[in-house]
Amino acid sequence: MNISRRQMLILLPAAAVAWKAVLAGTPEASPNYKMTEHWWSMLVDIDKCIGCGNCVRACATENDVPEGYFRTWVERYHVSDYDLANPVVDSPDGGKHGFPPIPETGGRDFFVPKICNHCADSPCTQVCPVGATFMSPDGVVLIDKEYCIGCRYCIQACPYGCRFLNPKTRTAEKCTLCYHRITKGLTTACCEACPTGARQLVDLKDPKDPIHEFLRTHHVQVLKPHLATGAKVFYNDLDGSVR
Amino acid sequence: MPVQGYMYPNEIELAWSILIVLYPFITGLVAGAFILASLERVFHVDSVKPTYRLALLTALAFLLVAPLPLQMHLGHPERSFEMYLTPHRTSAMAMFGFVYLWYLMAVLLLEIWLDYRRDIVLLSQSTKGFQRFFYRLLTLGSSNISEGALRIDERVGYVITVVGIPSAFMLHGYVGFIFGSVKANPWWSSPMMPVVFLFSAMVSGIAAVLLLYMFSTWYRGKTIDMRCVDTVARYMFYTFLIDFSLEMLDLVHRIYEADESFRSLDFMVHTRLYLSQVVIQIYIGTLVPIGLLALTQLFRLGERTRKRIYAVAGSLVLIGVFAMRWNVVIGGQLFSKSFLGYTTYKIGFVAREGLLPAIALTLLPFAILWVLVKLLPPWPDGESLRPASDAPAHAD
Repeated sequence: MNISRRQMLILLPAAAVAWKAVLAGTPEASPNYKMTEHWWSMLVDIDKCIGCGNCVRACATENDVPEGYFRTWVERYHVSDYDLANPVVDSPDGGKHGFPPIPETGGRDFFVPKICNHCADSPCTQVCPVGATFMSPDGVVLIDKEYCIGCRYCIQACPYGCRFLNPKTRTAEKCTLCYHRITKGLTTACCEACPTGARQLVDLKDPKDPIHEFLRTHHVQVLKPHLATGAKVFYNDLDGSVR
Repeated sequence: MPVQGYMYPNEIELAWSILIVLYPFITGLVAGAFILASLERVFHVDSVKPTYRLALLTALAFLLVAPLPLQMHLGHPERSFEMYLTPHRTSAMAMFGFVYLWYLMAVLLLEIWLDYRRDIVLLSQSTKGFQRFFYRLLTLGSSNISEGALRIDERVGYVITVVGIPSAFMLHGYVGFIFGSVKANPWWSSPMMPVVFLFSAMVSGIAAVLLLYMFSTWYRGKTIDMRCVDTVARYMFYTFLIDFSLEMLDLVHRIYEADESFRSLDFMVHTRLYLSQVVIQIYIGTLVPIGLLALTQLFRLGERTRKRIYAVAGSLVLIGVFAMRWNVVIGGQLFSKSFLGYTTYKIGFVAREGLLPAIALTLLPFAILWVLVKLLPPWPDGESLRPASDAPAHAD
């Protein structure tokens, strides 16, 4: 087959576009997933968290989170017996690589994994000027990257510090509850990587989900309840000093 | 040390930069200048007449620049038009485009056009070449300047100013609401915010017009109308007293209530914000100008002294109001929403949101004003507008 120079010049870019599509792969379809049948959230059992940082690393890998920013992170609280309201908190590199040991000085130490609370009345959704941030019918607060104008009002409005501006895409970013995974029947990357089961993806609309029993029998709280954001990440045995 | 105590990791870098400081500052000047102009039009404060047109042109020059810092700050400026096409109705920010357009098109441009219509028609007849073409365009095809037509202009202009006052209040009160409605941030979250923003806007706008009037009169080698500057300065003084009282009320309330955020905010005011808040905003930018202006009210001072006092007080007011915007916008991001730590604002120079673009955006309205003044001379003495035998420019 003879290919003229002209034909070659036409074929090359076409081939490049085709190759790019092949490399990107086809997104997996999830034909059996019905959004209205779910209401996702997460349960965090503080007593079980060992601060290993597996969840932070798994999230960063799974979601290509830029260095220095976090969709999830782990905090270490130290609450002294004498100053309950003013804990000392650290989270070196978001707890990604675990925590250095600290000298025993009395008081209590515990880890608190943090993640977007997927609030039912989320302030970030309320303030987005173009509606790029929205709540999906299955209870996950998502961002349309193709629509976000990068004004950062949502970052200011989030009381939990869960949002950041991705320096590459210049759009707002945060935890999606691994939406690409949970709609295919998988759990989130952080839950999967957690060695102690401190994080569990829960579906409040599923009557068989053990979360219902758990909520009935444990002391469960959400972060900053006074702000009435409808936060949906439930913390078991949450200390009053946690912000 | 950039971070002290504990910040949520995504909070270390500030989301809103100096450009967002400029935005309420510039919008405030617009609202303030317009409200000063409306004093003459609606409330018939005749002594401020020499500043009337200058105030309108100042408002326009700053209004044209107001959206630029926002635009430059956006991650995707090319998508900003979506705010018009698909505004999210629950978002305070989404309404900016509409409030802005309303104010620009329905209030300011219309009022300026009506007020200048007679001059534009006269200029389109007396000039030549391109200038003539330009002024003829500005007439929008209406060259009727009969007494009856001018009377209608005057009446419509009055109605527009009456509508314009609440619009100016809305424009800037709304900017305050953008901050005041963020419940996540105790430094911002306050129903006082729109009111404080509005009054400080009025003070800064009046100060800007006062300075521009004094400078331009001096520059043109004319005599400053002391009755005018005395009145403008008096309004500035009274508005400033209200503004200061409101800010102090907010402060006292915060100190007395001392809620969970107080320790954190108090620490910030005593450390990272001490210079910009206590020294620049409160001492240099508020107490000193209020004291200076009080002197002019309490004692009979000579003309030269009063002029100097107004010039100094006006400049300090602008510095103080800029510092106020800085302390709100930047200050509101220096502490963690965990109330456990503090970060630092690092400002670049030649960067997209650096100092250089900020300076350029601050100077740009003055360049625009210079062009506007050349095209539509606002001077009460009618300089370079028409033969001396004709009536003053703003005869109505």
